[in-house]
Amino acid sequence: MRRVAITGIGHTIFGNLSDFDLVDVMGYASSEALDDAGIRKERTIIDQVIVANMGGCFLNHQAGIASSLVSRLGLEPAQAELVENGPASGGSAVKMGFAAIMSGLADVVLVTGGEIMRTVPGWEGTDFVASLLHPEAEYNYGLTLPAFGAMFTRMYMERYGLTERDLALLSVKDHENGEKNPFAHVRIPCTMEGIYESPDANVVNNFIAEPLRLYDMCPVSDGSASLIMCASDSPKMKYFKNKKPVFIVGVGSATDTHCVHERKDPLELKAVSMSAEKAYKMAGVSAKDISFAELHDAFIILEIAISEEIGFFERGKAKEAIQKGVTRITGKLPINTSGGLKAKGHPLGATGVSQVHELVKQLRGEAEKGRQVKDPKYGMAVNFGGFGNNVVTTICSKE
Amino acid sequence: MIIDELEKKLRPPEILLKLYPPKVITLADGGKMVVREAKREEIGVLLETVHPLMGVPRDFYDIVAARMYAELLGWFRYRVANEFVLVGAINGVIAGIVNSRLVDEKVGMSLHTLTINRGLRIGAQLFAAKMEHHLEFLGQKEVWIVAESPIGFRRWMIEYALENREHLFPDTRHELGGVPTYVLTRELYDAVKKDKVSGQRPVPQELLKTADVLKAPEEYPQIPGYKRSKK
Repeated sequence: MRRVAITGIGHTIFGNLSDFDLVDVMGYASSEALDDAGIRKERTIIDQVIVANMGGCFLNHQAGIASSLVSRLGLEPAQAELVENGPASGGSAVKMGFAAIMSGLADVVLVTGGEIMRTVPGWEGTDFVASLLHPEAEYNYGLTLPAFGAMFTRMYMERYGLTERDLALLSVKDHENGEKNPFAHVRIPCTMEGIYESPDANVVNNFIAEPLRLYDMCPVSDGSASLIMCASDSPKMKYFKNKKPVFIVGVGSATDTHCVHERKDPLELKAVSMSAEKAYKMAGVSAKDISFAELHDAFIILEIAISEEIGFFERGKAKEAIQKGVTRITGKLPINTSGGLKAKGHPLGATGVSQVHELVKQLRGEAEKGRQVKDPKYGMAVNFGGFGNNVVTTICSKE
Repeated sequence: MIIDELEKKLRPPEILLKLYPPKVITLADGGKMVVREAKREEIGVLLETVHPLMGVPRDFYDIVAARMYAELLGWFRYRVANEFVLVGAINGVIAGIVNSRLVDEKVGMSLHTLTINRGLRIGAQLFAAKMEHHLEFLGQKEVWIVAESPIGFRRWMIEYALENREHLFPDTRHELGGVPTYVLTRELYDAVKKDKVSGQRPVPQELLKTADVLKAPEEYPQIPGYKRSKK
């Protein structure tokens, strides 16, 4: 049976790359993937290019990015399309690449996600992201994603007894991983003393959208990540001798109401649980089989909520796992080994691709010292779009 | 030192400034930054610290560093009236410098904020310390402020909700190039103080001692590959 192998990965640093052109940055990550796959010279074997990006037109005044990337890399006459699915664009692009191969439309696919957001001031960036909210019922009232993150956190705290201390513990864990990740935007460790215990913590770790503080939010980042996929039964597999392939064994996506207020229980992230169920079913595994995961923690509460929705922990119980260090790199179920969006950064279109990049790196055993998961079997990525209205889950395996 | 008559004529009249009491701030990474007033005899290490950044255009480090370099020299050579300089030091290494001056007893004029270590909000903490000195220890009524970079504008004008006195030009006129002048009044300061001003006093002797002898940074995140020891 045809399977989808990831045969090459590439990544730029995440951070402030606003001096660079969007397609150049994507080209850099793509070139890294070509080199990693060992097909720079034979790169025209790529049949299909799928690009993930959310803000090219809005922030960079640039359209037609997919065809531009093809030309930049000399990949003509490959098919090329752009996927825009909000912050889940990357996960969707991976899914589209998977579908293209499984349908027989393509044998070799390049998936590249990228975003340059720091060309505009922070408030313009926040406004741009908020444009994914309902224009009349949400955006018009001044709602932003940080506001949703804050309200969600407040509600979760009231219902399940989550504390600011629990959130700080998570942040310390993510920064511990991010510090060791050469691609991470924020490679500065943070400590419980610094962000929670010290009398200066209130200023150093100030409120952004109460109860969320600075160290509870992801930074605004630029960057790109790239994957090369090949059909396992294709004769073109012979070109990929550089690295042992990692397989995409499960993919699922689902949507929820555009307006958060239309959900029966705003703390229930149905699109997350449904997308995970689909991916588990396709892979023939359950939450218990997952060795590590990359979860979309644009706001740190989301790592907690998503980990419960996908069945890692009972609802309201993830905080106990955090307190016991279960999700640390040395724990039983490491989460956000890359530093997560919190420390690695969140260049919207790149994020979902970067999450899968991390799965491949871990499954190959290539993660840097101090952040390599011990003998992982299955890695899982959850890429969260909107405020949970469009979610993509990907499961990868060594076998 | 004997100051000859001509030199006396070159120096501005000075207001005797109270000293800024040192404090220590615990940063997000757990590091301890001692904030204290710089002494004139430390001019060497201060200039050494600022100099490499004069060649960094990104985020307007060049203009801030060049102007601060001149202002520090002006302070050292008694060519600027009523200037004070605060430094933030982590294990004795300079992490940031701020300088300011008094127009008169009531009005302060913020000059520059230069952050060396980035990502820990050191600039924000040092700017707040400078405002604390003007309003709390020197007892001034207000501080005139301008921004030379978008980062500065966000951090000061927006986050402190400074009063725009552009329309009062030239009565309220900051001396840095005549750009729009914003003002931190006591009322505005009191409103943001708890969210902006950090630090503990007194500084334990052991920690204070680490900042006795200031050291210039060995590396600059703004200048990839730079190593002072290789220069």
